[in-house]
Amino acid sequence: MSQQEAVVVYPRHPMPGLGVYNLKAGMWIFLLSEVMFFTGLIGAYIILRFAQPDAFPEPGVLLNVQLTAFNTFVLICSSVTMVKAFAAVQNGDQRGLRLWLLATVFLGTFFLSIQAIEYYLLGSHGFLPTIAGYAAEAGGPLYGMTFYTLTGFHGAHVSIGVLALIFTSVKAFRGGYTPEQLGGVEIMGLYWHFVDLVWIILFTIVYLI
Amino acid sequence: MSTVAPTPNYSDLFHDPSHEDHRSFVQKYIFSTDHKIIGIQFLFMSLLFLLIGGLLAMLIRWQLGWPGEPMPGGAALGETRMPGGIMLPEFYNSVMTMHGTIMIFFAVMPLLVGVYANFLIPLQIGAPDMAFPKLNMASFWIAVPAGVLMVAGFFVAGGHAAAGWTSYAPLSTNPEFTGVFTGQVLWTLSLIILGFSSLAGSVNYITTIVNMRAPGMTWFRLPLPTWALFITSILILLAIPVLTGALILLLFDQTLGTGFFNAEVGGQPLLWQHLFWYFGHPEVYILILPAFGFVSEIIANGARKPVFGYHAMVGAIASIAILGWIVWGHHMFQSGMNPMLGAGFMATTMVIAVPTAIKVFNWIATLWEGDLHFHSPMLYSLAFVSMFVIGGFSGIFLASTPVDIPLHDTYFVVAHIHYVLFGGSLFAIFAALTYWFPKMFGRLMNEGLNKVHFYLSFIFFNLVFFPMHELGNRGMMRRIYDYTQYGFLDGLVDINRLISLSAFALFAAQLIFAWNFIWSLFKGKKSGSNPWRANSLEWSVPSPAPHGNFTFMPTVYRGPYEYSSVESDEDYLPQDVPPAKPPVPEPEMTLA
Amino acid sequence: MDWGFPESASTFGAQIDAAYGAIFYATALAFVIVQGLLIYCIIRYRHRTGRKAKPIHGNTRLEIIWTVVPALGVFYIAYVSASVWLDMKSEDRIPAGAYEVGVHASQFEWTVTNPGMDGRLGSDDDFVTRNQLHIPMGQPVRVLLTAEDVIHSFFLPNFRVKQDAVPGMQIAVWFEPTTAGEYPLGCAELCGLGHYRMRGTVTVHSPDEFDAWQVSEGAVAADIAETNTVASR
Repeated sequence: MSQQEAVVVYPRHPMPGLGVYNLKAGMWIFLLSEVMFFTGLIGAYIILRFAQPDAFPEPGVLLNVQLTAFNTFVLICSSVTMVKAFAAVQNGDQRGLRLWLLATVFLGTFFLSIQAIEYYLLGSHGFLPTIAGYAAEAGGPLYGMTFYTLTGFHGAHVSIGVLALIFTSVKAFRGGYTPEQLGGVEIMGLYWHFVDLVWIILFTIVYLI
Repeated sequence: MSTVAPTPNYSDLFHDPSHEDHRSFVQKYIFSTDHKIIGIQFLFMSLLFLLIGGLLAMLIRWQLGWPGEPMPGGAALGETRMPGGIMLPEFYNSVMTMHGTIMIFFAVMPLLVGVYANFLIPLQIGAPDMAFPKLNMASFWIAVPAGVLMVAGFFVAGGHAAAGWTSYAPLSTNPEFTGVFTGQVLWTLSLIILGFSSLAGSVNYITTIVNMRAPGMTWFRLPLPTWALFITSILILLAIPVLTGALILLLFDQTLGTGFFNAEVGGQPLLWQHLFWYFGHPEVYILILPAFGFVSEIIANGARKPVFGYHAMVGAIASIAILGWIVWGHHMFQSGMNPMLGAGFMATTMVIAVPTAIKVFNWIATLWEGDLHFHSPMLYSLAFVSMFVIGGFSGIFLASTPVDIPLHDTYFVVAHIHYVLFGGSLFAIFAALTYWFPKMFGRLMNEGLNKVHFYLSFIFFNLVFFPMHELGNRGMMRRIYDYTQYGFLDGLVDINRLISLSAFALFAAQLIFAWNFIWSLFKGKKSGSNPWRANSLEWSVPSPAPHGNFTFMPTVYRGPYEYSSVESDEDYLPQDVPPAKPPVPEPEMTLA
Repeated sequence: MDWGFPESASTFGAQIDAAYGAIFYATALAFVIVQGLLIYCIIRYRHRTGRKAKPIHGNTRLEIIWTVVPALGVFYIAYVSASVWLDMKSEDRIPAGAYEVGVHASQFEWTVTNPGMDGRLGSDDDFVTRNQLHIPMGQPVRVLLTAEDVIHSFFLPNFRVKQDAVPGMQIAVWFEPTTAGEYPLGCAELCGLGHYRMRGTVTVHSPDEFDAWQVSEGAVAADIAETNTVASR
């Protein structure tokens, strides 16, 4: 053993990278890509809206801003519960981890349900994503297609997030996370906060401006 | 919230020759998580697509050389495509669209990135595998259904997508305009799926390079292929999601009845072009930056000299990648975009010529006072420099907005893109294939056949594509089924025929390469671990590289291009050979 | 030199051909230097027994030279190109008093709306021709370009004019014909099955001839219009 150590006079550790483990680095890098995805969609929305301002009625005329503001609040709360879950696993609090994860699953599902109801109500008034069947009083059809595309893609991200949260919860109930092994919870949190952040931007430009 | 990153311990991943490999055949070669096998899987898939793309090009050349005449054996393609061997315009449009799509997305891009980012990155940085081996496996197996869908389009009713590889809306959104519905949808779906494959790959490559470099492998000791692939991966990471978003909007327009690109309801056809080229111009650099890396590596090896201006080379790649984001409008000079905007895009486009010139001069300076060995990878690389320069020059004509007016959408553009993508990227791919073939398969390709292939390809490549500049000057539009319809283009049949005959010869020359490739897999000369007497880490392990790559974590002492160094009696000095006089031992490095 | 371009018939021809020539000579010089150096190195430094390469890592002064020189070159090209470009494409630089004509592109034909004797579009004596664009010589022409279905591209090789016609947009293009005669009009943007045969003719008349053509053609068009109205009654 001592003979081998004598040979090793050079550092044996890999070069310092980002200073975070691969899974977390990978998630950050993936989220950069997501940023570009939403930038493309939002950019398209802005270009279309600037060219056809008349097709987009004032906010609040058609959309129920109060309901969605409440929904935004729900999603922000789910970010808080996610932070709580991560804090719990850091402190070795397994029960806390499970509870807060379940709370996040619940709030995420709640958000999606309200969005589904909103879609149903809007759709029944002829506010549709398609040109065919589009009601004249709902502004131009551009309004409908951009609205459903932007909020729909966000909704898809939330849905994937809820599925991932369920997966994470199941693993947590099996004791899969410890203060030393918490990468799964941390990257789940990163994704979830990102989705939350995107919603705040979308809510602002689609519902408020 | 700060968590101390656990110290990575890869020791169990490295290859231990005393252990037997217990993986089954399927784990080893089909659903493999080994980056080298995944690279080789991408290699076979993209070579197959390269062949398909080449065959499509032959069909195009038949029609342009002998417009409206029956092609021998063409009738076998069926009544809906070539009745009596005469190509129908709808089939021509599909063939031309798919030649572009397949070559760009399924041949050149995976050959450069899918193959070499996978195969080279861990080997060159001294890592046992990628950061996320399972994600890596997924990235290949996502690309397979994308490829299947893309090929399936040829066999559906209505034929394959026929709106060009750029798929300009509204031609691509409304089947009334092209007569194609299913093919167009399959095209869109396939590229959306392929995007996920590219995304999974690039997350992997970036994480691996950032986090898994071997001890001593600082950023400025990275071999240039790894640098180029790193920057390319960043471009893919940021550009592909924009394309995916645009493709999804296109798919909605095609199938769900939205109208993002439909002017009748206030949508904008130009929006598609902006989104497409916002992705598309970084894509152009995705298709050339890795080639820069390979060629730099091989030219230094062939010249037995360090790469001239290593830092400038890295800086040039990085600045091309950054500038690549603000030049997309030069594809749209004649699109009705605001002319002031066009002038701005011209300026940014011209700036890109500067880092490109730096690279070319550095390659030549690398040869200066060298000791040039013309092994076949070196020949392909030198041809790359020469051909790429021509592509760069024709790019200046197109970048100058007034000169672009007559040249836009003509064969001048076709000549330009092929000088860059065939004379450039594809020659670099041949260089890389022949250079790293021994590390992939443990055998060398036949040098004599390679040289025959090289000279034939070089000559016929130029005979095919150089005259196209002239066609463009005379005003022959691209994507045109029958130019003899125009009186002023009637006289171009002779030039076109010369081009077509040369193209057939060029294709035949590629069969020599294909034969050499297959023959060498089984019968090639055993290569040993370092046939090119090269410096980077991949040459320190046996050929083919074993599972886990390195027996133990290698240590890097110097940059990758210490050829003809005074420190060594040989004309090369591998990165992992300890210096003759060891420096004072450094303290152990820790993370963060 | 004519660079293989079709014979020029507009004021743009000389300008664009000159710009092409300037870039051609600049790049030809660079081409000779680069390829010459490459060939020189390949021959001069080929492997011979006993040759040893010099391990040079770089040279900052050289790097600066070959950064600055190409930069100056391309900036010069961009600077010269920009003003020519804006003269040709900027709508506010279209000369006043231009002859105005409407061109509507659709799969797969060019519908030309001629202003008639009063020289104004949108008046009663407008008349329509298909795939035939008639213009007077020596007067700037302003084409109002629109598209019906997909993107087409209005390409006049002899006049060095190319402009996409985009659905939902009206784009003004101008040029000044200098030589009378018949010239081709083509579509340069893939627009579907019949793209390859979406061609037309541009006829440049001397001013007198042009007036005569307008009168006779206008009368024919009016006749046809009348017949159609009567028939539809």
